[in-house]
Amino acid sequence: MSDHHHKETFVTKYVFSQDHKMIAKQYLITGIVMGVIGVFMSMLFRLQLAYPEQSFSIIEAFLGRAGEGGVMTPDMYLSLVTIHGTIMVFFVLTAGLSGTFSNLLIPLQIGARDMASGFLNMISYWLFFLSSVIMVISLFVETGPASAGWTIYPPLSALPQAISGSGLGMTLWLVSMAIFIASSLMGALNYIVTVLNLRTIGMKMTRLPLTIWAFFVTAIIGVVSFPVLLSAALLLIFDRSFGTSFFLSDIFISGEVLHYKGGSPVLFEHLFWFLGHPEVYIVILPALGITSEIIATNSRKPIFGYRAMIMSIIAIAFLSTIVWGHHMFVTGMNPFLGSVFTFTTLLIAIPSAVKGFNYITTLWKGNLQLNPAMLFSIGLVSTFITGGVTGLILGDSALDINVHDTMFVVAHFHLVMGVSAIFGMFAGVYHWFPKLYGRMMNKDLGYLHFWLTAISAYGVFFPMHFVGLAGLPRRYYNNTAFPIFDDLMEINVVMTIFAIIGGLAQIIFLSNFFFSISKGKKAVQNPWNANTLEWTTPVEHIHGNWPGEIPAVHRWSYDYSKTDDNGELWGGQDFTPQIVPIRDGEEEF
Amino acid sequence: MKALFFILIFVVIAVAIWQFVKLFGLTKGDQITTEKENNINGWFMLGLLGFIYGLMIYSMFAAKDMLLPQLSASTEGEHIDLLFKMTMTLILIVQFAMQFFIFYFTFRYRGIKGRKAYFFADSHKLEMIWTITPTIVLAGLIIYGLWTWNNIMDFSDAEDPLIVELYAKQFQWEARYAGEDNELGSASVRMIEGTNTMGVDFSDKNASDDVPLVVGEGKFVKELHIPKGRKVIFKLRSQDVLHSAFMPHFRAQMNCVPGMVTQMAFTPSVTTAEMRLNEDTMAKFEHINKIRKDKGEEAVEFDYLLLCNKICGSSHYNMQLKIVVDEEADFNKWLASQKTFAQLN
Repeated sequence: MSDHHHKETFVTKYVFSQDHKMIAKQYLITGIVMGVIGVFMSMLFRLQLAYPEQSFSIIEAFLGRAGEGGVMTPDMYLSLVTIHGTIMVFFVLTAGLSGTFSNLLIPLQIGARDMASGFLNMISYWLFFLSSVIMVISLFVETGPASAGWTIYPPLSALPQAISGSGLGMTLWLVSMAIFIASSLMGALNYIVTVLNLRTIGMKMTRLPLTIWAFFVTAIIGVVSFPVLLSAALLLIFDRSFGTSFFLSDIFISGEVLHYKGGSPVLFEHLFWFLGHPEVYIVILPALGITSEIIATNSRKPIFGYRAMIMSIIAIAFLSTIVWGHHMFVTGMNPFLGSVFTFTTLLIAIPSAVKGFNYITTLWKGNLQLNPAMLFSIGLVSTFITGGVTGLILGDSALDINVHDTMFVVAHFHLVMGVSAIFGMFAGVYHWFPKLYGRMMNKDLGYLHFWLTAISAYGVFFPMHFVGLAGLPRRYYNNTAFPIFDDLMEINVVMTIFAIIGGLAQIIFLSNFFFSISKGKKAVQNPWNANTLEWTTPVEHIHGNWPGEIPAVHRWSYDYSKTDDNGELWGGQDFTPQIVPIRDGEEEF
Repeated sequence: MKALFFILIFVVIAVAIWQFVKLFGLTKGDQITTEKENNINGWFMLGLLGFIYGLMIYSMFAAKDMLLPQLSASTEGEHIDLLFKMTMTLILIVQFAMQFFIFYFTFRYRGIKGRKAYFFADSHKLEMIWTITPTIVLAGLIIYGLWTWNNIMDFSDAEDPLIVELYAKQFQWEARYAGEDNELGSASVRMIEGTNTMGVDFSDKNASDDVPLVVGEGKFVKELHIPKGRKVIFKLRSQDVLHSAFMPHFRAQMNCVPGMVTQMAFTPSVTTAEMRLNEDTMAKFEHINKIRKDKGEEAVEFDYLLLCNKICGSSHYNMQLKIVVDEEADFNKWLASQKTFAQLN
C-alpha cells in the first residue's frame, strides 16, 4: 500500500490528502459548515411563518435587499426553503454523513490500509468541495438563488420569467448538483470496490459490522440512482439554455407563447424521484448502520437478528428503487401506476418494522451505557418510528390525495429522514470522535446538546402534522390570505420557538466539537470497549492504519457479554474483539 | 456588516460555553459512562417518553378545532375518511406501544456496574412474528386502500356528470362549464388573445355553448358553483407552470400540467349552507372569528376553497378560488343566468 516513509508537506497532509481519515475529516468539517448555513436558513423562514408581518433586524442583516425593512420577500422565502432542502439533503446528510463515516470506517472496520483508490477518493472530496462553493456562491447572485423548491420541477425551474430565482441562481444550482453527483459517484464506486476487495483475512461478508453493510448497500443505491438525476439535470440545462423541449410544452407566460412543444414536466418528475426516493435511503441507511453499531456496543449486547438486519437493509434498498411514483400520485400519472406504487411502497414498512423491533429487542435486558452517542441513537429509533408510521398514510394513494404537498408531508419526512439522519450523524460524531481526533468530546455538553435537540425536534415536527391535516399547503410564504388558516397562528409560533431553541442548541455542539479537537481529554485506544477493528489501531493517526501486519479476524463484531457453558463471561470481560480467535469450547455465532 | 455582527455573537456564545465548562471543571470524569450518569439519563429518557405522549395527546385535543371539518363534502371522500380513521388508529396504537418499549427499556436497563447483559443474538420465532404480523396488517390496508383509490380515480361510468374545466395560471384560477352539449370546446395556449384568456378555439362547434366563469354581479371575487348530488368531472389545464388544484374539504387534489389535460371527479354531498351549520365548522369559525376580532379584522363565514398546492412562484401562497355548493335546482338556475361564449362574443 501507500508509501509509509514518503515525506509529507502541509499540502499533501491537510489539503490534497489521499488518506481516508483526513478525507473523512474534510467531509465532516465541510458538512458541518453547510449544516450551519442550512439550519440557519430554516430559523429565518420559521420566523417568517410565525410572525409574517413583523420586522426582524436579523432578517434584514442577512438577506439585505430581499429582507428590506426586516421582512423577507416571497421570492426570498421560496429561495430559503429551496436551498435549505438542497443543502440539508445533499450536502449535509448525503456527503456530510455518508462521506464522513464511509471514508473513516470502511477501511478501519474491514481491515484495509486505505480506500481502494486514494486518488479517486481525494478527487471525490474536492469535487464535493467545489460543488459546495458553487452552491454557496449562488446565494449571492443578483436575481437570487434557486427558488423552485428542492425538487426543482420545471417549468418553474426552467423559466426565468416564472420566478426570478430560475435565472442565474438555478444555473448555478444545476452546475453545483452535476458536480456533486460526479463526486458522489466516485465516492460510492470506491466504497463498493473497497468493501468487496480489501477485507482482511477472516473478514467474511457475514462478519462485517452492520455499519459497513449499510454503507456498502447505500453506495450501491447511489450508483444506481444518482446518474438518473444527472441526466435529468443535463436535460433541464438543455431546455433552459439550448431551446430543447424535454420537459416543456404549450407555455404562455409574460404575454407570449413560448416555442416549446411536446415535452412533459411529468417526465422530469419521474427522473427526479427515481433518484429522489432512493436518496431518502441513501440518507437514512448509513444513520441506521451507525445506530446499530452504537446501540449494540453500549447495550453490551449483540445486535438482535444480525442476519435479519442485513436482509432488511437489502430489502429496503431493493424496494427503494421501485417506489418513486408515490411522490406522484396526483400528478396526472396513470391511476393504475398509482396502485402499483402504493403496493410496493407499503411493502417497505415490513423491513422497516423488522429493524425497529430488532433495535428494541437489542435494548431489552442490556446494560445500557447512556453516553451521548447512545442517547442520540435511541433518539433516532424513536424519531424513525414516529416519522415512519405516518408513511402508511402518505404511501397509500387514496389517503395521499388530501395530504399531498401539505405540511403533513413536511412533518413526516423531517422526522423520518431529517431528524433521524441528523441524530445518526451526531451519534457517529460522539462515538468516533476519539478515532477522528484522538481526543474525547465533553460528555456533559453532549448530554445538554441531546436533551435540547430531542425536545425541540419533537416540539417542531410533531405539531406540524396537525397543521398539515388542517389543509395548509407547504411552501406558503404566509397563510394570512386564507381566513380558514387564521387559527394556525398560535401553533406556528410554538413550532418556531422550538425551532429557534433547537437551532441555538447546536452552538453547544459546535463549541464542544471544535474545542475538543485541540483541548479535549486524550483518548485511550478503545474508549467504549468495542469489538470492531478500528479500535485496534493506534490513537495517533498513521498512514496505513496499522503499524505492523493487518490483524486477522476470527469472529463477528457483536460478541458482547458472551458467556461460556458455566455462565461466566469469556475472558472475564464483557466484550471480545474481532481479532480474538475462537476459544476452546466456544461456538462462533 | 450587521450580519457579521450576528455571526460574531454566535461565536462568542460558543467560546463562552467552552470557557464555562472549563471553569467549572466539567471536563473531568470517566470516559465510559458512570452509574450516576446512566441513572440520570435513564430517568430523563422516561421523561422524554412522557413529553412525547403529552405532546401527542395535547396536539390531538388542541387540534380538534383546527382540523378540517370531519364531515367530508363529497361522497367519495367518505371512503377516504374511513380509511384514514382506520390507518390513524393503527398508527396511534403502534406509536404508543413502540415508543413505550424504546424508552421503558432504556430506563429499565440503564447501566449498573457489574450487571451482565443478556447475550441474546437471534430468535427465528420472534423474527417470523414481526415479519408476518406487519405483512398481514398491511395486506388489509393495501386491499382497502386500492379499492378506494380505484373507486375515486375511475369515473368512466359516471352518469350525466357535470364537466368543468379549471384553468390555472400564475396566480389565479379560471374556469368554464361545458354548457348544454356537456362537451368542452378545444383550447390551446397558442389561441390566447385579448379577452380569450383561456385560449378557447371558437371555430370548434363545442365551444360556443361553453360558459366561462366571471365575477358575478355585486360580487368581488369569482365563485365556482357546483351542484350537490351530481358527479362533477374537472378537466385541469395549466397555462405556464405546474399548479395543483387542491380542494381539501372534498378530499380532492390533482396537478395542472402544462401540455396536458389532467382530471379528477367527485360528487359534492354537502351544500355550502349545510356546511356552515355543521358543528365542527361552527366551532372552527367561532374560534377563527375570535382571533380575527382580537386582531381587529372583520368576521368571516365558512366557504369551500380551491387552493394552489404546487409551488408556482412568488404569489403561490395566495392563489385561490371560492367554491359554492348549491342544491341542484339552485345551481341550474345559476348556470342558466350565466352567459355562454356565443352570447359574450
